[in-house]
Order: sequence, then C-alpha cells, then structure tokens
Amino acid sequence: MKNQVRKYLGSAAIVASTLVGGTALADVKIGFIATTSGPAAALGQDMYDGFMLGIEQLKGKLGGVKVEVIKEDDQLKPDLGVQAVNKLIERDKVDIIAGVTFSNVMMAIAKPMADANIIFVGSNAGPAPLAGAQCNSQFFFTAWQNNQQAESVGKYATDTGYKNVYVMAPNYQAGKDAIAGFKSQFAGGIAGEVYTKVGQPDYSAEIAQLQAANPDAVYVFYPGGMGINFIKQFRQAGLLGKIPLMTVSTADGSTLPALKETAIGVISGTFWGPDFKNEVSKNFVAAFEKKYGRIPSQYAAQSYDSALLIDSALKKTGGNVSNKKAFADALRAAEFDSLRGNLKFSKNGFPIQDMFVFEVAKDEQGRVSLKTLTKTLSNHPDSFVGQCPL
Amino acid sequence: MTFNLVLAQSLNGFQFGILLFLMAAGLTLVFGIMSFVNLAHGSLYMLGAYFAATIASYSGSYVLAVILATVCLLVLGWLLDAGGLAILHKRGHLDQVLATFGLVLFFNELVQVIWGNAPLYMDAPDALAGSFSFLDFNYPAYRLVIIAAGLGVALGLYLLIERTRIGMLIRAGASNRGMVGALGVNINWLNRFVFALGAALAGLAGALVGPILSIQSGMGEPILILTLVVIVIGGIGSIRGAFYGALVVGIVDTMGRVLLPVWLSQTFSPSFSSAVGPALASMLVYVLMAVILAIKPDGLFPVKARGS
Repeated sequence: MKNQVRKYLGSAAIVASTLVGGTALADVKIGFIATTSGPAAALGQDMYDGFMLGIEQLKGKLGGVKVEVIKEDDQLKPDLGVQAVNKLIERDKVDIIAGVTFSNVMMAIAKPMADANIIFVGSNAGPAPLAGAQCNSQFFFTAWQNNQQAESVGKYATDTGYKNVYVMAPNYQAGKDAIAGFKSQFAGGIAGEVYTKVGQPDYSAEIAQLQAANPDAVYVFYPGGMGINFIKQFRQAGLLGKIPLMTVSTADGSTLPALKETAIGVISGTFWGPDFKNEVSKNFVAAFEKKYGRIPSQYAAQSYDSALLIDSALKKTGGNVSNKKAFADALRAAEFDSLRGNLKFSKNGFPIQDMFVFEVAKDEQGRVSLKTLTKTLSNHPDSFVGQCPL
Repeated sequence: MTFNLVLAQSLNGFQFGILLFLMAAGLTLVFGIMSFVNLAHGSLYMLGAYFAATIASYSGSYVLAVILATVCLLVLGWLLDAGGLAILHKRGHLDQVLATFGLVLFFNELVQVIWGNAPLYMDAPDALAGSFSFLDFNYPAYRLVIIAAGLGVALGLYLLIERTRIGMLIRAGASNRGMVGALGVNINWLNRFVFALGAALAGLAGALVGPILSIQSGMGEPILILTLVVIVIGGIGSIRGAFYGALVVGIVDTMGRVLLPVWLSQTFSPSFSSAVGPALASMLVYVLMAVILAIKPDGLFPVKARGS
C-alpha cells in the first residue's frame, strides 16, 4: 500500500517536472495581476478572461512568439500587489506585467515596476498621478485615464442641456476624481454634491435628500456592489425614468447581470460597448459569449485589447523584448485594430480615444445590455498629459 | 426641510432600525444566554440572502423564497451548533471570536465557490417594486414591507419570550444559566434552539434585503459591526434592549448622514464640510455608543443579575 502511494507520488513528481520543463520553453513571459478574489472579484475575472481569450485566438502566441501567462491575485490589497510584482520580476523573470484592476494597487506597484525597468501594459486602473507628474515611458494603459469616463458623461450632460445636476460618489480618491472629471466638462450647475461612506449598503437617506432637491438629472460613480445597491434603491424610490440617472463604472458588464431589468434606462459613459459594429469588436463579443456564456464587460474588452496591443508590438520587434526601448516604441505605435476603433497613445502612455455614452437596454436577444447612445468626445486625450515631463 | 422629507427620513431611519433589530435579536440572545460571541452572524445573514435569491430564481415566488430561506437558516443554525459550535460554549470568548471569525472567512469563500464571483440578482415582486404614494408623499413600497415584517417579528418574539414556557426558560437563562441547568432544564437543547432561532432571524433579514442590496460575498460584515453596536447599546441578552437600541442606531445613523453635512455647510466652507461631513456621519453611532457606555456601562436595558 505504502509502496503504491510512493509510486503514485513518484509519477506525479515526474509529471510535474515535465510541466515545469514545458513552460521553460516559452519565449515571452507575461505576469497578469488582477483582483480575482473578494467582493470585486468579478471585475478582475473579466479582465483575465478577456486577456486569455485574446491569446487563445492567436493560438497561444503573440507576435508569433509563444507566451506564458502567470496570474497573480492582489486581493485588492496594495501590499499584496507589491509582493506579486516582486515575485513576478525576481522569481518568474517576466518580460511584461499586464492587468491591474484598482488604482490604489496601481499606485503602490508603479515604483517597484519602474525601478525594475519593466514594461507594463495595464488594462483597467488609470490613476491621475501616473498620467501626470509620475508618468513613465514604459507604461501603457489600454483602458482610460480614470477621469476620461467622467468627462464623457459631463459632456453628455452639457449637450443634453441639463441645468441642475445632483452628483454623488463614495468618499475616496476615485470618487472625488469621478466628480472632478464630470464637472470639468459640465457647463450647468450642481444641485448637490454628496460623498458617502465607501462600501455603504443603504442609500435611502441620500435618495430622499436628492428627491427633495429636485434636480434635472443625477450623476453617480458607484463601482461594484455599491452601484447595484444604489440603482435598485433609486428605482424603488420611483425615480428611475422620472429623473435621468447618469453613471460611470456603475451600470456596467460586472453589475448588469445582478441588476437586469432594474437598471433599464440608466446612462453610462465609457469608451466601448458590446454593440459596436466594427469587425474586431463583433468577433470579440461573439467569441467571448461562446466561451464564457455571458456578455463581455468593458473590462474584458480592455484586456482583450491589451493582448492585441502586445501582439502588434512583438510582431514589430520580431518577438524581441530584450531591447526595452525598441519594444516600448513598438507598443506606443499601437499598430493594430482596436475593438474601439481609433486608439493612439499620448506620450504618457494613456489613450487618445473617442468617448461615448450608453443606455442600459435590451439587446436583440432580449438580454439586458448597454446600447450606444452617442459619441461625446472625439480623439479625446486625458487631462493630465500636460503635467507629464517626458 | 419640508414635512414630507422629515417623514421620509424618519421612515428610512425606522426601517434601518427594524432591519438591525432582526439581526440584533438573534445575536443578543446567543450572547446573553449562551455567553457565546458569534461573529459569523453576518455570514448567516449573507447566506439568507443567497438562499432567497436562488430560490426566487428557480421558483419565481418571492414569498416562498423568504419563507424557505428562513427555514433553511433555522436548519443550518441547528446543524452548525450540533456540528461543532457547541464545543465552543464552554471555551473563553477569545476562542469563540477566533473560531467564528474563521467561519466568516470560510463562508465568504464558500459562497464564491458555489455561486461564483458575480453578485446575484433578486428583485421585489412587481407590486412592491415601485413607490407608494399618498397625497404628495412618496416612499418605496418595499421598505414598508420590511417595516411591517420586522414589527411582526418583534411582536412574535415578544409573545414567545414573555408568554410561553420556552420564553420563560430563555429569560431565566439570560439571568442565570447555571441555575436553569441546575433546575433540570436541558440547557444544551435550549442553547441549540436559541442559536437556530437567531440564525433564522439573520436569514430572514438577509432574505428581506435581497431586493434592495447587492447579494455578494462579504455583505454580512458591515451590518454585523452595527449589530454589535446595537446589542452593546441595548444591553446584552435583552430583546427589548435590542429593539430600542436598533431603532436608536438606525435613526441616529440615518439622520446623521442627512443633517451633519447640511449643518456643517451652514457654518463652514463647502470644501471643508463636504470633506468632514461624511467622515463625522459615519463615526456618529460609535460616538453614541461611547457616550451611552460612559453613562450606563451595561447598556440601556440591562438584563438583571447575570450569573456566569
């Protein structure tokens, strides 16, 4: 009996060693950091799924080179993010780090990545300092600078002619940025500005105050579960459909499955939606739905795009990543068909792109999804590139 | 503020208090009678919401979902106590805190393994999904249901505790559990009943909030902290204390969130008040707890002569 166990263990060890041996053959190693556990896990999971779908469609190769992806979960904790970066750089010796879900983790890992002279291709977090004073010539962001989405909604509110908008966000940096971004493009007045506790479950009191202020429209930034809570309660107060509700990162692919019909009519600002008609986008949406059985969120789209971007750069350098400068230049050229249409990079590595607003509505198959409403800003750069010393 | 707004905010505070009462009633009984610190009470609330959402999506019936989820948690509470927690009754509070905190982590991961990372969908029945209007006063209809359900449970608990034999034993257990055991009452059975009852109430609270909150892993923790505040304010082991404590916390928390930023903005600059207001409002219930503990260290309605 004991011998048998030993034999199994022996063969398991052999199998394991061949696995390790197999991975050593990979030519380019990519470390993918995302938040894939805890309450915000759905977001990080979508990013990873989108990224892996891109690689899978290119048959495991980017730019003709075999890639190995090492996934790390930061659990939304900056210190664990730093640990993951150190492990990826020192133990796994990765060539590229990609992903990163939250801005606080991004801020914590920017310094160790810069010190190690690593190439970074981020696909969600886009904090202002990294676009401005702390910009880096080897960092690229395939999503948006945090303020860009809010600016899109601010422009929409101006174009629609709202005079009096009530704004709300959680009381932390990203919430304040979302309000500042909105205000920078909004010409009308602010009926009320409310900051709530981060992670607050119940908004009944704030919604009653909002109703009493009688605004033309409401703008909120409530990512994840906070957004689900807010939209459910906003509708139950009988306000959805009566007062327009404009949002950023609130009614998106990560929350709509839990909201369904509850969210119909909500306005959301971002750079891409699943109903985009270009070929890259249509192909991505169809492949994602087939593989994962759900509508891809923007987070999946951003990450899919980051795989395509790395593919285009590796093609240009012939699979060579050892010359960091040449590889960064190849990334900056962004010579690939993005699922958003136009994509160029500013000198700080943040996108210059068209921004849109969407409305939550049913798609052709009767599922609740995002429908493109209008383009708000064309070839829109981020607002901090002027502060970047590069 | 207009009269309608004051009325709406009072109802909001009252409704929040009722919800806290459902949580606090179970926790205070378990704490008071069994001297058992159960940090996993918030996990039971979360499981109530998950069960209700799952049952609602399969059966399509909201009422069935709430009833079945409550029953499920009653059974689960019984099984948890029988399956291991009972061992902890005789151990110190630190052991209990460590073990039940472990359960919190375990349940948070378990729901992700079973139901996945994404939050679940649950909505109120169509008749209750909108708002209730009376003259020019609007209030979310579903929240009135929560108030009614909570008051019903409060009445039921009052009758159970004050008018039945088992209630008499529970009251006796809260005062002096050693003596109750010495008089020949099966204290283990009583403990198990109380624990299961507490779990069922937490499950009911979870099922009731399903339509207004995001059903996700970790949703039990914020409410658990406020529940602990409630039972400390109300007096540990006292249902009456839990009821009034919950209403006080619910109303103070709601009114603080509404009024503090308004008052501050009248005296200070807008940037100062918008920075300080939310921070102060979220501290308010803890300040209240500190003040009450300074004046009445055993809470507002202490259970007299607690034996240990």
